[in-house]
Amino acid sequence: MTEAVLVLEDGTAFRGESFGAPGETFGEIVFNTGMTGYQEVLTDPSYARQIVVMTYPHVGNYGVNGDDPESKAIQVSGFVVREAARRASSWRAERSLDQELSGSGVVAIEGIDTRALTLHIREAGAMRAAISTDDLDPRSLGGRVRQQPEMLGADLAGSVSTRRPYEATDIGIQPVPRNGRTFRVAALDWGIKRNSLRLLARSGGHATVFPAMTPAGEILAGGYDGVFLSNGPGDPAATEYAVRTARELLGKVPVFGICLGHQIVGRAIGGATYKLKFGHRGSNQPVLDSDSGRVEVTSHNHGFAVDPASFGAAAAPPAPGREAPVVDTEVGRAALTHWNLNDGTLEGLRLLDVPGFCVQYHPEAAPGPHDAAYLFERFADLMERST
Amino acid sequence: MPRRDDLQTIMVIGSGPIIIGQACEFDYSGTQACKVLKAEGYRIVLVNSNPATIMTDPEFADRTYVEPLTPESVLAVIERERPDALLPTLGGQTGLNLAVSLAESGALESYGVGLIGADLEAIRRAEDRRRFVETMNQAGLPLPRSGFAHSIEEAAAVAGELGFPVMVRPSFVLGGGGTGLARSPQDLERIAADGIATSPIGEVLVEESVEGWKEFELEVMRDRADNAVVVCSVENVDPMGVHTGDSITVAPAQTLTDREYQDMRDASLACIRAVGVETGGSNIQFAVNPEDGRMVVIEMNPRVSRSSALASKATGFPIAKIAARLAVGYRLDEITNDITGETQACFEPALDYVVVKVPRWAFEKFPGADPTLGTKMKSVGEVMAVGRTFKEAWGKALRSLERAGASLGGDGPHDVPDDVLGALATPTEGRMTLVETALQRGHPVEDVAAASKIDPWFVDQIAQVTEAAARLQGRRLPKVGTDELAAAKRAGLADRRIAALLGATEREVRAARRAAGVRPVYKTVDTCAGEFRARTPYYYSTYEQVSEVAPAEKPRVVILGSGPNRIGQGIEFDYACVHAAFALREAGFETVMVNCNPETVSTDYDTSDRLYFEPVAAEDVIAVCEAEEPEGVVVQLGGQTPLGLAADLEAEGYQVLGTSPSSIDLAEDRGKFGALLTRLGALLPPHGEATSLEEATAVAERIGYPVVVRPSYVLGGRAMEIVYGEDELERYLAQATAAGPQHPVLVDRFLEGAIEIDVDAVSDGDEVFIGAVMEHIEEAGVHSGDSSCVIPPVSISDDELAEVERLTRVIAAALEVKGLLNVQFALKDERVWVLEANPRASRTVPFVSKATGVPLAKMAARVLVGESIATLREEGLIPQEPALYRNLRHVAVKAAVLPFGRFPGVDTVLGPEMRSTGEVMGVATSLGLSLAKAAAATGAALPEKGSVFVSVANRDKRAIVFPVKRLSDLGFRILATGGTAGLLRRAGIDVQEVAKVSEGHPNAADLIREGQVDMVINTPFGRGPRTDGYFIRTAAAAAGVPCVTTLPGAFAAVQGIEALRRDGEEPWSLQEYHRGLRP
Ligand SMILES: Nc1ncnc2c1ncn2[C@@H]1O[C@H](COP(=O)(O)OP(=O)(O)O)[C@@H](O)[C@H]1O
Ligand SMILES: Nc1ncnc2c1ncn2[C@@H]1O[C@H](COP(=O)(O)OP(=O)(O)O)[C@@H](O)[C@H]1O
Ligand SMILES: [Mg+2]
Ligand SMILES: [Mg+2]
Repeated sequence: MTEAVLVLEDGTAFRGESFGAPGETFGEIVFNTGMTGYQEVLTDPSYARQIVVMTYPHVGNYGVNGDDPESKAIQVSGFVVREAARRASSWRAERSLDQELSGSGVVAIEGIDTRALTLHIREAGAMRAAISTDDLDPRSLGGRVRQQPEMLGADLAGSVSTRRPYEATDIGIQPVPRNGRTFRVAALDWGIKRNSLRLLARSGGHATVFPAMTPAGEILAGGYDGVFLSNGPGDPAATEYAVRTARELLGKVPVFGICLGHQIVGRAIGGATYKLKFGHRGSNQPVLDSDSGRVEVTSHNHGFAVDPASFGAAAAPPAPGREAPVVDTEVGRAALTHWNLNDGTLEGLRLLDVPGFCVQYHPEAAPGPHDAAYLFERFADLMERST
Repeated sequence: MPRRDDLQTIMVIGSGPIIIGQACEFDYSGTQACKVLKAEGYRIVLVNSNPATIMTDPEFADRTYVEPLTPESVLAVIERERPDALLPTLGGQTGLNLAVSLAESGALESYGVGLIGADLEAIRRAEDRRRFVETMNQAGLPLPRSGFAHSIEEAAAVAGELGFPVMVRPSFVLGGGGTGLARSPQDLERIAADGIATSPIGEVLVEESVEGWKEFELEVMRDRADNAVVVCSVENVDPMGVHTGDSITVAPAQTLTDREYQDMRDASLACIRAVGVETGGSNIQFAVNPEDGRMVVIEMNPRVSRSSALASKATGFPIAKIAARLAVGYRLDEITNDITGETQACFEPALDYVVVKVPRWAFEKFPGADPTLGTKMKSVGEVMAVGRTFKEAWGKALRSLERAGASLGGDGPHDVPDDVLGALATPTEGRMTLVETALQRGHPVEDVAAASKIDPWFVDQIAQVTEAAARLQGRRLPKVGTDELAAAKRAGLADRRIAALLGATEREVRAARRAAGVRPVYKTVDTCAGEFRARTPYYYSTYEQVSEVAPAEKPRVVILGSGPNRIGQGIEFDYACVHAAFALREAGFETVMVNCNPETVSTDYDTSDRLYFEPVAAEDVIAVCEAEEPEGVVVQLGGQTPLGLAADLEAEGYQVLGTSPSSIDLAEDRGKFGALLTRLGALLPPHGEATSLEEATAVAERIGYPVVVRPSYVLGGRAMEIVYGEDELERYLAQATAAGPQHPVLVDRFLEGAIEIDVDAVSDGDEVFIGAVMEHIEEAGVHSGDSSCVIPPVSISDDELAEVERLTRVIAAALEVKGLLNVQFALKDERVWVLEANPRASRTVPFVSKATGVPLAKMAARVLVGESIATLREEGLIPQEPALYRNLRHVAVKAAVLPFGRFPGVDTVLGPEMRSTGEVMGVATSLGLSLAKAAAATGAALPEKGSVFVSVANRDKRAIVFPVKRLSDLGFRILATGGTAGLLRRAGIDVQEVAKVSEGHPNAADLIREGQVDMVINTPFGRGPRTDGYFIRTAAAAAGVPCVTTLPGAFAAVQGIEALRRDGEEPWSLQEYHRGLRP
């Protein structure tokens, strides 16, 4: 057993045991309340440069398999659990979580009071942190934590994106024709998850994945039926190139954005984004779709959000049975359609005068419930209507 | 969508008596529903035959009918109350079946009563196996392959196609009744016949066996806007083939990947939508093949269930409360999450802890019952434990069971076979002990998992516990370091087990832990894994760093609950604890409940100000006291379990409220108590103690046979027998108990033919308030928990009543009782004998309160915190009239419900060992009608016509003539075996003689099985499993024919039948009875 220590920028420290790789790692500490899906979390590029705390105490129970990763590699910078499974059990398990993390050089810590840690993050907010097996002195480690860059103002989409374009079919994802046809979709990779490509494909989308900084002109030149703006890490305010691209695309081609893609659309149409205190990360967030009046249970992973007040709208969901508030934007009117019922965060909007909509959460789930998967169908409808 | 304003009066149906498969979880859910519906301003009419429930407390409904849950009596209530709607989904299978039958008969429609919660079609689609299969097929949901059968031949044909083994399941049956796994054509013949007979429509589903697969359950809720959420996932540690009610289960699911879990979630939402449950909760069960992940739907329950109660407690999401709101029109997103107070109920709880449920069985009370666990549920109760890890929860659950041998090392001896892996193939109560032993003997996790079909992840967790224990084994406490102690606690080892491993006492381990600073902290069950602040102090302990216990604002009182339901200690004690919580909160205290039974109202976070979901064991209770620093601890309301902790608590310096631990000990120690009674001039049956056969024989000789023998310190008459001679005494001592110097056997003169009397009273130290004197129907010798009793007494003279009351007062004074006191007496030869005194709440407290309207438990709670009976009287909590129970204008009868139907082959003769699981009350203006109602409520309604089979012991022959003559005059056909027939014929009764079982076929048992007998009167003669009486009684139990085994019972039955034959009377509510409105 190797000792490890977790230190937050405010000096709070937890001693535990090392698992995964030994060494030292820095990142923003955030917690995820999902009870399943650690493999998807680990490989979700939106977690780049974050140390993720799983609030569910037993992690690794079903091991690690080859099918569930959401990207090519583990993306988190560190992992914190109450108890890592000593033995994995699943007919799909290929190796243990510990093996996977050590194989990928990911530093992780177990055996700490993760609930106390979570409550601390909830009250004090997400902040910088480190896990180390090398420097067990909280003071010196804490000092180095405070020298790390903050998440506010960080552009990370570029660093997790693909270097060159590729087809979803290259990684074995085949489109399933919808009403006898397929759509050509340009997917901008700011940290895209494989399940987005799978769900695009399931509603007829034949996706080409483009690097983060691909100029709008290049995409428009490709004559795609629609553009998918992916999720991704970092501060949307620091991703100016993406905002520019989105602005140029809107009105020319149907657009569907999720997570970072939603924040980018929000900024592109004249709204502002802000950092949430500790974010939404988990698989149980209730979101009201005021178009349908129904509540869907959704998967979330975001630390930033679009500010409805920046459009002059109230920062609270409409009363039950009331329609979505409509606001004026730089591309015409927009309906603020989706709202988080826990804390009133704006979770999605639909452009009324140009084809496009976006949501802050993860309709592709993985991990999480499939309640919002219909949005991919909605995107296909939009493409069908627009062509 | 707001509240429905078109409804004014809503009828809620409870689930009736506690039976195996349907316990007090339905009191919990029904109470919640009544509370919220009342708060919504509806007028509530409640029907439930079980007086021991909180929901039948008059304040929870506008009109409370303690009436049998039969279509006829519910209809009579409907006729009188004219409800607008009926909510059937909270009363278990009983409530649901009743609603279906009322709907199908057209009765609901003709009275304009709508079903809310689930409509008839939805109920049918879920409950009718055929419709369910169709519905699932249409929705594209996978099921095991199957076919239907109405005869053994058809069943064999289906099985031929599927290949053995096959699972047989009847429609419209609960708790796995009539189900079974057939491994061969012979098995199938037996099981299919049983299933066809059990099914009300004579149909069974013969299904591909998925025994050994993993079993999961999801609790789903849906509103009328079609919002649907999964409240909780549950994984069974025991594989398919062991009923979920008998399985150890864990929440949330542990071994599903997100993909598999989401597929299951999708399937469960598709299932509730396909079945069409529009508002409310459902439970959906799945099986998953551990080899390849194939998933099939097993069943769906369109109502709240045992699992939903567990899920509510496990997550803090109150399913029943929300289901009730949904039923009257609300949407999930219009309901606030109580726990956070800021978020709403349309979400899925996230857990950051592990919950383990372990069932509790009572096989020792049913010698001859098959002890293997299968598809029929056999457990009588359960415990739940919460920990931050599985190991912590596991350790707590095992010690919550209060079961010797449940946890190796700490709980005494256990015997394990040599071929431990072989033994694991057959699941039994002791299987987890086998798992631990196998691991200790060095069998690898894989092998143990393969042998037991328990998932390797769970086996590995248990292995970690075993390893933690091994690290301490044989060492000495002072040599064990702080880190090691902490590690042992984090592995879930109980102090008691650590003590056993180290050769120390539990107290020494506790002291060492404290000295080392190894103490539990408390975390909150908050529905959201810490994402939001929780307002509700619902705690569990764990060995971690930071505690979340809120600072107290008021003086605190800790109330100890009674742990798992078991025979002899059930819902009645929870009832008293809940009342104490209500009363003390009102009196200005902050109430702190400690209990581990997920089925109960006491473990609803709404009941007390603070809830600690913890074992009711010394270690855990003392730790809670350390965290709370209470003014005092209430130990006398939860039955024997908390009472047994009184001395430990006092030793730790905590104030035991009410009767002192030394008085408790005085009452429990037969020797000391006997001496006390003698000093008081009270009569006690001659008695003695023995630690060997020689001593026992000597005592018996001295006091004279027959004698009652039992081990000391027992509850529920455990291992208690009436012994008529030396041979039997020898046999008893040889088998029943390991008698020895530490475990003496008590020998009492058996008072034959005595009338037994129960008294419940409250004393404040000065005044004694007699709640009621109850007269038992059956004679002394039938355990008070199994016999029927009546308020007011019917055949006891005023002088005798006065003497009983006087003795109760004298005993209360001598024991310096503060709080509740229960005394049992026997009346023989016009003398009053004292059988025992229990300075605690008794099983009959709720019955007395329902019969008389006096809230005894509340009263006791107030007395415990120092108030006097006089002030309570002034306040109007209790009546002015001293002996109210004597002057009631109605008669209340309590009758017991026995689980013989679950244990085929077990003799049904009643004796001093208690075996009933629950009780019902019948109330009317005459004894006869009350008796008849009580009988109907137990499910064994008295016949109004037909045939009665009579066979009685010689000593009863003369006395039986009169009641049988009466039956004959009433037009019953009388059947009897030789001796009895001759006797009856000589008395001028027309009798048809039938053969004894030993005389060939067709015999009495055959006629019973064929349904030719409507009632059996059989008083036992001779013991043992092979007698005629045994065959007759077990045949009656199997066929569900009322079977009276005592002479007074026969008299009562005849009175009841006579009352039924006269004109019935309108049902009245408790509120009306209590107001004394009855003529
Ligand atoms: N096809 C099957 N093969 C093996 N075991 C089964 C099968 N179906 C049910 N069981 C077992 O029988 C138990 C009871 O069946 P279930 O349909 O849930 O009835 P109940 O209404 O009594 O809960 C289940 O918990 C499961 O362990
Ligand atoms: N001396 C006795 N004579 C006749 N019946 C007795 C005698 N002692 C006990 N019984 C019967 O046995 C039952 C159980 O005995 P009791 O002392 O009340 O034990 P428990 O503590 O289990 O309630 C009583 O309800 C009564 O019917
Ligand atoms: Mg079931
Ligand atoms: Mg008794």
